[in-house]
This record gives sequence, structure tokens and C-alpha cells, in this order.
Amino acid sequence: MARTATAPGAPTTRLGKAAVDFDDRLIVAGPLRRTLNKVFPDHWSFLLGEIALYSFIVLLLSGTYLTFFFDASMREVVYNGSYAPLRGVEMSAAYDSALDLSFDVRGGLFMRQVHHWAALLFVASIILHLLRIFFTGAFRRPRETNWLIGVGLLVLAILEGATGYTLPDDLLSGTGLRIISAIILAIPVIGTWAHFAVFGGDFPGELIIGRFYIVHVLLIPAILLALIAVHMLMLVKQKHTQFPGPGRTEHNVVGNRLFPTFAAKAGGLFFVVFGVIAMLAGLVQINPIWLWGPYNPAQVSAASQPDWYVMFLDGSTRLFPAWDINLPGDYTIPALFWPTLILPGILFTLLALYPMIERKLTGDTAAHHLLQRPRDVPVRTSLGAMAVTFYFWLMISGGNDVIADKFQLSLNAMTWVGRLGLVILPPLVYVITYRICLGLQKHDREVLEHGIETGVIRRLPHGEFIEVHQPLGPVDAHGHGQLAYGGAPVPKKMNQIGGARRAIRGFFTPIEEPTAVELEQRREARGLAAAEDRDLTTSGRPSEGGRPSEGGKPQEPRD
Amino acid sequence: MTTHDTRPGSAGGADTPGPLHGGPDDDYTPEQLAAMSRDDLDRLGARYDGVQVLHVDPGPEPGSALERRYVRQVGAVFMLAGLAAFAFVVVYVGSGWFLPDWEWTIDAGTWSSLFTPLLGLLMGLSLTLVGVGMVLYSKKLLPHETAVQDKHDGSHFDRVTTGATLVSGLHKSGLARRKLITRSLAFMGGGLGLMLLMPLGGLLKNPNTGNPLGRTSWAQGVRLLRDDGTPIRPGDQVPGSLETVFPAVTGGNRESDAATMLIRLRPEQVAVDRPREGQADFGYGDYVAYSKICTHAGCPVSLYEQETSRILCPCHQSQFDITQGAKPIFGPATRALPQLPLALDDEGYFVARSDYIEAVGPTYWNRERI
Ligand code: HEM
Ligand code: FES
Repeated sequence: MARTATAPGAPTTRLGKAAVDFDDRLIVAGPLRRTLNKVFPDHWSFLLGEIALYSFIVLLLSGTYLTFFFDASMREVVYNGSYAPLRGVEMSAAYDSALDLSFDVRGGLFMRQVHHWAALLFVASIILHLLRIFFTGAFRRPRETNWLIGVGLLVLAILEGATGYTLPDDLLSGTGLRIISAIILAIPVIGTWAHFAVFGGDFPGELIIGRFYIVHVLLIPAILLALIAVHMLMLVKQKHTQFPGPGRTEHNVVGNRLFPTFAAKAGGLFFVVFGVIAMLAGLVQINPIWLWGPYNPAQVSAASQPDWYVMFLDGSTRLFPAWDINLPGDYTIPALFWPTLILPGILFTLLALYPMIERKLTGDTAAHHLLQRPRDVPVRTSLGAMAVTFYFWLMISGGNDVIADKFQLSLNAMTWVGRLGLVILPPLVYVITYRICLGLQKHDREVLEHGIETGVIRRLPHGEFIEVHQPLGPVDAHGHGQLAYGGAPVPKKMNQIGGARRAIRGFFTPIEEPTAVELEQRREARGLAAAEDRDLTTSGRPSEGGRPSEGGKPQEPRD
Repeated sequence: MTTHDTRPGSAGGADTPGPLHGGPDDDYTPEQLAAMSRDDLDRLGARYDGVQVLHVDPGPEPGSALERRYVRQVGAVFMLAGLAAFAFVVVYVGSGWFLPDWEWTIDAGTWSSLFTPLLGLLMGLSLTLVGVGMVLYSKKLLPHETAVQDKHDGSHFDRVTTGATLVSGLHKSGLARRKLITRSLAFMGGGLGLMLLMPLGGLLKNPNTGNPLGRTSWAQGVRLLRDDGTPIRPGDQVPGSLETVFPAVTGGNRESDAATMLIRLRPEQVAVDRPREGQADFGYGDYVAYSKICTHAGCPVSLYEQETSRILCPCHQSQFDITQGAKPIFGPATRALPQLPLALDDEGYFVARSDYIEAVGPTYWNRERI
């Protein structure tokens, strides 16, 4: 029996006693305290991953609800529900039950739209999260494995979305399915075998919706869940990265403890994400399947478009030239194979291997926990900008018929613009991004050397006009700043270094004492100073780099 | 190593508890801990976890005007969140009871067209406000502390001792020496793996038997029917028009590959018509019939532009010229749309003379051989 039960200071309240009882059985006080004390850095870009996580939770909840009503069967039935325009029409049971969900289940349409909007947000936030990891170098050692898992999550999320999109068996999803079927057929050598394995025969057969259903509600979500769990465990184990700044080193994390501050903010974010999805789901119609009608292989709706995250493949398929490769023996590698399977294969492989590629190129195998500002790594940033351009150009090309229609352009011209743009734009963006990075770097160094432009113009005795600069730190004999660049944002406006006082709060009437504010600010200044003075080396390690206040070793930008 | 554990246990002797699990109870007596303030205990635990709380901005003073104001704000936000949530319940439960019906009606501007937006608005509002309240609470009313946690590298001691345990276990098993066992294990593993994969073979189906890929229901004498099941005579269509037709078999209009376009050419088009080699007689008078299934990825091609004789596929914008045997003239499609040979039956209705002479739909590896 633990000593605490009888020791002085033992809890006397009922809750306290219950807690002791609990810990007697499970011995969790230690790990729980460690968890509550875990420090999380504070930066808006770290919220993107959280948004992905929360939309995934919303997906699980709303998706489970939908399964109570959805019937994933291709059996032919005659519609007889509330939506009059389709009454008497033959359709699959899948489409019929999706219509019932929309019109005969109270709140069912709302839940369908919640699910769809959450899916769109899920993939969007994953991609934004990935971009922040990429551009700040958070994928570097020791986080390469988590990067790989992340890419796996992205691919699975896209597949999950694509299978889900197919399920209602409306005209739009059926057209998508037809294209999926053609893509599978296009695989060289095994195409027809693969198609018959997946569809159980020729297109469409009677099995595919049922098979996609189980993949969509069980297989992929289970893998996603497992991977997300590993992703999070690894994050806890390796701790967060952080941007350089006062007191931040490679060997610490500066921020808020999990409890209560971070928990309150993260919980708040969850509710905001859920709320925004609910609001969108109610107010903005998405995928109104009853307007498309049941799938019919002889029909197609104009401007049929997949969900946005598959659109880049639609675009590549539109732009790729008509190049079948005819092999001896009457064998063919269809043109469709390259833009739909090879291209994404290459893209995702490059993405997955990027950390290793960068390591090879730079020879940098050290562990990094401090993030980089994109400008300080111009090559990586420009490569990223190039890749993003490539992706978005393909995505836009996926809607080139809509653009052509809206602006009265010829489709053929749009296709050629798309092809040329795909070749010309990315390198162009590379060069421009590189320039911008260097320019920003130079400006940082200038401000460190000469100080902030104050906007005060002074006339020297001999008549010359100069602008007064406010140095950021001690200067040498020539008036040049001695601060080294530490990888953190350099203040460039007087306000950022306290040139202006904090405003007194209060809307109509001040609710603070001006003198109190003054005092508080002085206290704050002292608090900060105390932070700077603190010996950050409790573990006996010398603190290193990234502390301009110490004139610390600057972090050499690498590229 | 010895089998004689000299420590007392269930076999005899006193059973004394081992050292306590976790924190440094030996360094801090209960009396010492009891004498510390709650804040100090919090800091002590944090320090033990490698966390230093550097600087605390305590938040608004208890009882101050500022605090009262923030408490009012946060309280109001939570209150509104609750209100919106109850309103959601009222709309959800009340529709069709004391509120109008929520079920779909054809007219716009009724309660039913407000039902889903209201649900979304109220739930969204409620949840967002909960979130806003929580963030507001943490920003305005919680003390702001800046904490620093140390990051630790792996311990050399742990690596060496764990490595020793692993290697010694492996060593004791003697697997490295007992080659026969490792080999049989590898053999067994391979077999087991394959065996467990085998049931997936149930998915496989031979695509080459019965030629299902290269076939449709078109055959000699099968009539061309409209979607509504009516047959077609020459002259039913005006020149320049296009109709989608299906084979006159049961389920013909739902068959995935059979949809066909029957096109009546205009005189100018007939004049320049250059059918594919060997297919000059596939048309009938000024009528030609082509597969509606795009040879690119299988979408139904649908947009017919008379002036240019082009058929456009809406999926990836392939364009086919029907005066050149439906050859692709733009976009990603590589092959012409297959042509259906036409004839008239005894009653003067259009029929097919045979199935398509090539596989319709998208290209695949051995398509030319089917
Ligand atoms: C299912 C989708 C995903 C979920 C739910 C998810 C969730 C999260 C969350 C909540 C974090 C911590 C917050 C943050 O650093 O932003 C995180 C960190 C991380 N994620 Fe993801 N993520 C997903 C996909 C991805 C993808 C696609 C990648 C990259 C290809 C990725 C790579 C990483 C890495 C490297 C970290 C550690 C970052 C650091 O410590 O700074 N994740 N993830
Ligand atoms: S399916 Fe017709 S162009 Fe792609």
C-alpha cells in the first residue's frame, strides 16, 4: 500500500481519495503528470495537423451514422421515396438508399453533407500540414519516419475519398468509376486480370459498390487510424519542433504545458473545426446526387468533375498527349497509363523520398529540432514552390472545360496553354522564388547591420539628408550592428520592438489604469529578461545557436 | 546464475514490498511535501519531468473590472452556444410537430428547404461558439506561462544493456549455429505466407475466356432501339441529328458498352465522308453508327457539333471527326470510335449487321488481339 494513503498531506476530499484509490490500482500518477506537463510550442502553423486530426474524427462520426442507412448494393430497385422527380425510376439500391438518406431520414441530408465537407477539409488540411512540414524542414532527422507515415496518410486519404465518392452510384460517381475501370485496364500486361479481380468481371458488374464500401468503411479507415496513432505517438516521443527564438535551442521546447493552456486551446480548435464543418454542411450544398440521376453508362453530365483532390489527375489526363505505345505482337501500352498511374506514382515517390534526397544532396545528417524559415533554405523552398505550381496547374487543367466555357475560349487553346504551362511555369517559379528568398535574406541582414528604418529624416550639417536607423543591439565603432542572424524573424518596424505602447483596453471607456499598464509592461520586460538570463543548461549541455541576445553562433543557412 | 533465489517469497520468509514505483519518494518525505504550497508542488513535479516554468503572466486580478468583463464575455459565449444547441433540438424535434414538415417538397421557400440550412447553422454556431469560448477562456482568463522542456537524446546505458539482452537471448537460442532450424524456419515462413495469401485467388477471374471484353449484345439482325424502346426507320431523323440507340435485347439500354450513336449526315458531310478502310459499307445511306463509349477512358461521348462534324467527349475533351471514320483529331484519345455496320430488316427498321468488329471502349494491353 502506497504511503500516501496515510501520510501527512494525504487528500481529504472525496475526489482526492478516489484519485488515490485509482492510483493504488493502476499507478498512473507519474505518467499522467508527465503528460500534463508536456510542453507544446505555440505557432499557428502547428494547428494544421490538428485540423486534419479533428476532421478525421468528424469523418468517423458522420460516416458511422451514414452506414446505419446506406445499402451498398447494385441490385436494381424502383425509387419510391419523397423526391418526386425521380419516382418510378429504376436505380441501384445504393443510389436509392442515398436518396432516402437525403430525403426520408430526418437530418440525413445534413449528415451526408457533414461527411462530404469533412472529407474535403481533411485532405485540404493534410496537404497544408504537409507544406508546412516541408517548407520549415520539420521532416529532417529524426522525423523522416513520420514524414513517410504522413505521405502514406495522404495517399490513403485520397483513396478513401475516391472510394467514398463512388458509393452513391449516381451519374457523376458512375462516370468516375468508369474512368477508374479504364485506368485499371490500362495497366500493361496485367490490366485485364486486375480489372476482373477488382470488378469481378467486365465493367461494371454487380460487386464493385459492395467491395468499395468495405474498403471505404473498414479497410482504409482502420489503416488510417493505426497510422495516425503511430504518427501521434512518434510526435510525443520525438517532441515538437519549434521556430528559433529567444531561449529556444535544439535541446528544449518552449511553449505551454498541455494542461490547462494547450488542452483548452486544442479543445477549442476541435469545436471550431467541427462547427465550421457543420455550418458548411448546412449552408453550402455539396454533391446533390438527386440532380445527377442514377448511373447510366450512356449518359454523362456536362462539366463532370471529381472532388478537388483528385482533380490534378483529371488535369494530367487531359493534358497528356495521345501516345499509345504499340509493341510487337499487337500489344499496347495505353496513353492513359502514364498520366493516371505513372505520374502520381512518381510524384508520391519523390514526395516520400524527399528527406533522403535532401540528406544526400546537402550531406546534412544531423538531428534538427529547430525549424528553418523558408527564406533561409532557398533551394528547398524553390523546389517546393515549383512542385506546388506543377500540382495546381494540373488541378486547374482538370477544370479547363469550365474555364473555356466561362471565358469563351477554345478548348483546344486551353489544352495547349495547359501543356506549355506545365513545362514552362515550374522552372519559372523556381527562379522567382529563389530570388525572393535571397532578397528577404539580404534585407534581414541589412536590418541587423544598420538597424530599423525609423522614418525620421535628418539633415546633416553639410546638407546631406539621412534616415535615422534604430540599431537592434550593440554597435561597433562604425555604427554597424553586431547581432548575428539567428534564424528567427528580424523585427523590421519600430512597433515590433516596443516603439509604441500597448493600447489601454476598453471599448467605450478605459477599463484599465494607465499607470497599471505601465507597470505591467515594465514587469513584462523584466520577466523576459529573467528568461534570457536563465541557465538553459539544466542538463549540463551548453546551450547553442539561435540566440541573438547572446550573439550566439548563427545557424548557417543551408541549401 | 543460480536457481536458488535467496530472497524470501511465497516459498517462505517475509514478503516485503519493493521500492515504490516512479518519483523520488526517498528525496522528499511526505512531511516535506505536505509543507509545500500547491504551486511549489506543481513546479517540483514539472521540474522532475524536465519542465521549467519560466515566466507566468497571472491573468486578470481576481475581482478586478477586467476579470469581471472577461468572465461576462466567456459566460455569454457559452450561453449562446447552449442556446443554439437547444434551438437545434427544437428544429430537429419540432419539424412536422409544432413546426411545418421538413420533408422535401417541390416548391422553394418552404420550411423543408430551410430545414437542413437551419440544422447546419445552429449546430455550427453552437460548436463554433463552444470553441471560441474555450479559446477566449485560455487567452483571457488563464495565466499565461512560458514553459521550457528539455529534449533528451537516447541514453548510452540503455542502448548497451538492451542490445546485450537482445543479443544474449538470440545467442542462447543458438539459432545462429543451428542452420537447419533457420533454414526450415525460412521455408516454413515462406509457405505460411503464401498459404495465407492463397484465398485471395478467389478474386481472380480469367478475362480471356468468353471474350467478355471484346463483345457487346449487338449481333446480326438486332434492332437499334431508342432509350424508350422504339425502333428507328431511315427518315425518322433530320439530317445533322444524332440519336443514342441500344441493342434490342433485354437490359440492352443498361449495358455498359453497347450504347451507340446513330447519326444522319448532312449532304455536305456525305460529300466529304471518308470512312475507315474496309468500312465504307458500314453506313446505310446517309446514316452512320459509332460507339458512344470513348476510346480514351470510357465516358459516353456526347456533344455533337454539327458544323465541324465533331463529337466531343466531356471527360477529357477528346474530339472525333465523324466524317473521317470518327478518328480522334484532338485530345488524349488515340483510337477512332468503332463503327457499327448497319442494315434494314424486313420491316424497314435499322438493325446491326454484326457486333462491332473491334473491342469498344478504352484501350488495354492485349486489346488488338481480342
Ligand atoms: C491523416 C492525416 C494526418 C493527420 C491527422 C496528421 C496529424 C498531425 C498532427 C496533429 C501533428 C502535430 C501538429 C503539427 O505538427 O502540425 C502532426 C505532425 C507531423 N506530421 Fe502529420 N498528420 C497527417 C498527415 C501528414 C502528412 C501527409 C505528412 C507529411 C507528408 C505528415 C507529417 C508530419 C510530421 C513530419 C509531423 C511532425 C512535425 C513536427 O514535429 O514539427 N503528416 N501530424
Ligand atoms: S474518356 Fe473521353 S476523353 Fe477521356
